[in-house]
Amino acid sequence: MNRTDKIFGIAALFDTPDAIINAAEKVTAAGYKKIDVNTPYPVHGMNKAMKLKPSKLGFITLFFGLSGAAFAMLFMFWAMSLEYPMIIGGKPFFSLPAFIPITFEVTVLLATLSTVIGMLTFFFNYPNNNHPLNGTAYIKAVAVDKFGICIEASDNKFDKDVIEQLLHHLGANEIETIYYPKDEVYPIFQPKYLMFLAATAIATSLVTYFVLNKLMFMDPFNWMMVQDKLIPQEKSEVFEDGFGMRKPVEGTVARGFIPYPFMGEPTPADVLSNPFLPTRENIELGKKKYLIYCSPCHGNYAEGDSRLRGQFPNPPTLHSVRSREMSDGMLYHIITNGQNIMPSYASQVTREERWAIVNYIRVLQRAKFARESDLQEIKKESAANVE
Amino acid sequence: MSNSAIEFKAKQIPDTLSKLGLIILAIGVVLGILAFYTDHSRALFNYLIAFMFLLSVGVGSIFLISLEYITGAVWSVPFRRIVEFLASVTILLFILVIPLLLNMHDLFHWTHTEAVAGDEILKGKSPYLNTSFFIIRVLAGLVIWAFFYFAFTRNSKKQDLSQDQHLTTKNIRLSAVFIPIFAITITVSAVDWLMSLEPHWFSTIFGIYFFSGTVLAALAAATLIVVLLKEKGFLHPKIIDDHLYSFGALMFAFINFWGYIAFSQYMLIWYANLPEENFWFLHRWEGGWIVVSILLIIIHFVVPYSALLSQPAKIDPKRLKFASIWIMFAHLFDLYWLIMPNLESEHGYSFSSIDLVFPVSVVGILILVFNYNAKKYNLLPLGDPKLERGLNFRL
Ligand code: HEC
Repeated sequence: MNRTDKIFGIAALFDTPDAIINAAEKVTAAGYKKIDVNTPYPVHGMNKAMKLKPSKLGFITLFFGLSGAAFAMLFMFWAMSLEYPMIIGGKPFFSLPAFIPITFEVTVLLATLSTVIGMLTFFFNYPNNNHPLNGTAYIKAVAVDKFGICIEASDNKFDKDVIEQLLHHLGANEIETIYYPKDEVYPIFQPKYLMFLAATAIATSLVTYFVLNKLMFMDPFNWMMVQDKLIPQEKSEVFEDGFGMRKPVEGTVARGFIPYPFMGEPTPADVLSNPFLPTRENIELGKKKYLIYCSPCHGNYAEGDSRLRGQFPNPPTLHSVRSREMSDGMLYHIITNGQNIMPSYASQVTREERWAIVNYIRVLQRAKFARESDLQEIKKESAANVE
Repeated sequence: MSNSAIEFKAKQIPDTLSKLGLIILAIGVVLGILAFYTDHSRALFNYLIAFMFLLSVGVGSIFLISLEYITGAVWSVPFRRIVEFLASVTILLFILVIPLLLNMHDLFHWTHTEAVAGDEILKGKSPYLNTSFFIIRVLAGLVIWAFFYFAFTRNSKKQDLSQDQHLTTKNIRLSAVFIPIFAITITVSAVDWLMSLEPHWFSTIFGIYFFSGTVLAALAAATLIVVLLKEKGFLHPKIIDDHLYSFGALMFAFINFWGYIAFSQYMLIWYANLPEENFWFLHRWEGGWIVVSILLIIIHFVVPYSALLSQPAKIDPKRLKFASIWIMFAHLFDLYWLIMPNLESEHGYSFSSIDLVFPVSVVGILILVFNYNAKKYNLLPLGDPKLERGLNFRL
């Protein structure tokens, strides 16, 4: 072994757990602080013998456990209740019982991971593959059947002879002086290590493949998948006709549906009369729906100035005599039934909205061809406004 | 082994203890009889709570004994006698069960033949829920427990003199038989005494729920006695704070276990929200019961969990004394929450001083049972081959 002549510490081996407890007690009592005990298995009572204070590791666990709980809770609250509220099983957006299992899992996950990582980094000074005890006869013995204690040279009271005498006195059967190893660089990417990584990756993939693609489709792992329920896009085995959903009984009418008697007649013999008064609300509704559904082709003011740039034949203006003289019922018929290349809007626009559009078209027409009386009215109004 | 090493002359348990126990029990009994005269059915339901608590302590203690044998635990050997003493409560149940069996009609709706006749669900359950089969099950359970109690303790006490290691082997075998039987009997007891109070309701996790409370009650009772005895110097001087750690840790574990099971039961029913299951919880969420339900979470989980979380707390005798008393109270409270909502009352939850009466007798009984046994038997299982290792136990 390549070692310098700088002393790291003095290590001694004992045969029984009782002897090592005794040694730890005495060495601690003698005032040595930088000591460590190495045993093949945890020896009960060692904490007390070495006068170890309770480990601080618990605080890391506590902190990250609480962080995990807070994170999970807040995240679910944000995601499920604020950002993307979804009704799931009729439960409230913030439903605590459903959040608790996940909070619990994240708490445990963060607590355990942080404990292991905290232990490795803060307490084991990881990554540390160059510890002076590595490769010594001492560490090999304590890894099998001996109980060892090591007093480090960095201790204030360190004195080689005194310590050796003390350890002898305590009944140590082997005492070894341990020197610092020469600074050696241990490359992380050794071929062995890379091979190990590759082997792990392959093994993991194989196991995952087997579990996900084979095991999951075997009894009993597939019990959750094989269910007597209707699967979308698949033939139902329950009904002869293969449909999962039953069709409504012949002649069934949807709620609120009012049949239109002149459907499909290009020139109906008769038309309906307008059941809606042109109230302000009605006209406002009509305007809204007209602008949404009709204006792309007919223009905002029904002048036939389509915004579709020739992608669809321009419709005629609705200010033509023909349109102005059309009855309300006929306009309604055209919206409901369509006319030549203009499609029916019955499925997009409800009955009430269609009548409202008719009323709105009347407003547009009246605005374009205002009567003398209308002008008088407007003049009066604007005069009143000026005063 | 080291037969001679353990020389332990137990300090005599003072006579005042039996007096104290007798006085408490007398007060409890007098108040209990008064309670039965004031409000028969309320008193009966409260009596059932007290009965179930003693059942928990007794049967839970037998379970703890078998647990020690089957796991080969070392730390608990010096305290096994205390658990054995508590287990003898099981024998008392033979007497205590009589008032319940005589008043079944007031406790259990399913005993009303006319109600069952007009109820499809109860009719379906009647092959199980009928008076004669119920009594058979109850008595069978008691006989089984008593048998195992006597078997375990007889072997254990014989060992004091003979120091025969085969007795330990025998008890290990007995434990292996007892544990599955315990699982069944405790589930049946939970279903019979607690779940069948509301015969329309069912929950498959209910047996485990009661089991978690059972073990907690037994553990807490044992812990309390151990800490008190240690403080007063009745225990072997080699027993130090390190020994207490396992009590604290086990109680902490079972508090978590209870929380886990209780929540699992609640969440599944809450999520599915099926009317045939959820009414049981809805009832405990109505009126004043909501307060009791929320208090249950705090009393049975939040407080003991926080009290026992840190490692030093699990060793600290003061903390353990608090936690064990608290956990026993919590188990009583849990039983109260399980049982009392089934008492027919028009206006939801109402408190009555009767509810405070029966726990008094429970305390009296536990003191007397301990006192009786402690005077009669060794406080240490002197012949147990694991005793010395148990005494030397260190963290
Ligand atoms: C896709 C473009 C398009 C949309 C959208 C559209 N129309 Fe038309 N509309 C036409 C075309 C094209 C014609 C001419 C049909 C023809 O050749 O008779 C027409 C004809 C009409 C006529 C008859 C005019 C006449 O003089 O014969 C009326 C009335 C009418 N549309 C009303 C509406 C209303 C109300 C809406 C909104 C619900 C609407 N249209 C939506 C393209 C459209």
